[in-house]
Amino acid sequence: MSSATREYDDIPGTYVFDADHHRKGYHLNMMCMSLNDPKNREKFAAGEEAYLDQWPLTPEQRKAVLERDWLGMLQLGGNIYYTFKIAIFDGLSMQAVGGAMSGVTEAEFQQMMINGGRNDNG
Amino acid sequence: MADVLYGVASSHVPAIGAAIDHGKEEQPYWRPLFEGYEGARKWMADTRPDVIILAYNDHASAFDLDLIPTFAIGVADKFPIADEGYGPRQIPEVIGHPELAWHLAESLILDGFDMTICNRMPVDHGLTVPLSIMYGSPEAWPVKVIPLAVNVIQYPPPTGKRCYALGQAIRRAVQSFEDNQDLRVAVFGTGGMSHQLQGERAGWVNTPFDTAFLNRLTDDPEGLTEISHVDLLREAGSEGIELVMWLIMRGALSRKVREVHRHYHVPASNTAAGLIVFEGSEANVLL
Repeated sequence: MSSATREYDDIPGTYVFDADHHRKGYHLNMMCMSLNDPKNREKFAAGEEAYLDQWPLTPEQRKAVLERDWLGMLQLGGNIYYTFKIAIFDGLSMQAVGGAMSGVTEAEFQQMMINGGRNDNG
Repeated sequence: MADVLYGVASSHVPAIGAAIDHGKEEQPYWRPLFEGYEGARKWMADTRPDVIILAYNDHASAFDLDLIPTFAIGVADKFPIADEGYGPRQIPEVIGHPELAWHLAESLILDGFDMTICNRMPVDHGLTVPLSIMYGSPEAWPVKVIPLAVNVIQYPPPTGKRCYALGQAIRRAVQSFEDNQDLRVAVFGTGGMSHQLQGERAGWVNTPFDTAFLNRLTDDPEGLTEISHVDLLREAGSEGIELVMWLIMRGALSRKVREVHRHYHVPASNTAAGLIVFEGSEANVLL
């Protein structure tokens, strides 16, 4: 897998969904995409382990999904619009997931947004 | 003659759609956002364009990682509301304008824009939330809509320069549409403004950048096309790169426009929400 340096590598806390990322996360993201279908949501609810067997996920990706490690999923090739399908399944808000990825609670994250969002170059 | 007379750019945050669908517009969290939409809704009700060409991005609804068209145009009679994981929004289906859509597809391709042509195209919040922002919750949408899906999820999206040029080509195409109805067309650009949904930097908002973007969209859109993707990622956030779609709208308008409405509010969910409404000039006055 290519690891060419990119101009955006220095932007902190950001996982640009580029070719490398896409290749790493293809199956993970396609698994997430499948949750658009209500029948698949039922199957996922009935047994996550068995459901995930249908995709050739890496052990790390599988663990990240089962543990709802939102940041881990991104680092393993996930794209937020795809991985958020799991959060929708769980009934979680974007603030809850944003908080989990940046190490604060949902309430703290929501308050940060009300205060004008993150703009500390971090 | 058909013409592009109006331009609207708006965020398409899903939570805004949910707030409308669940009657939360008067709640303290949402009130300041919706208050700022009132003037635009009134303008929309008075103006009543016949067709909207709506540039938006699909969010893993009609397209997935197996097929990533950079620019895709919907030519169907109608477009169902996508199930994004919650069940589809309970809103009217979107009615297309196949005659104009096919004319656009042909004209744009012959003009150098290699469009992907789509019939089966469920539309998600990227397209439906801006309609809800401008029209509220009608029984049926009072306008026909041609979906124009732009890839902004897989890096790289089309450049701002290319998006602006596509808008200009859309204007030429609309003006060459032979009909007897003098279709009044609006172009919407959606997404943005600054926001980042992912990573440790989730929650990024850059109000000075957004304010400058709104100002320049009116007066210096060609200057905005010079902003590189890397600068957009850095300044507007990883999902703020959606702002390239606003340049499609602006490219489709006359060079000089009248800004009739503007609203900016932080936050709508994890996003800086922006809305701007333009009236362009008649075709032969100022090109």
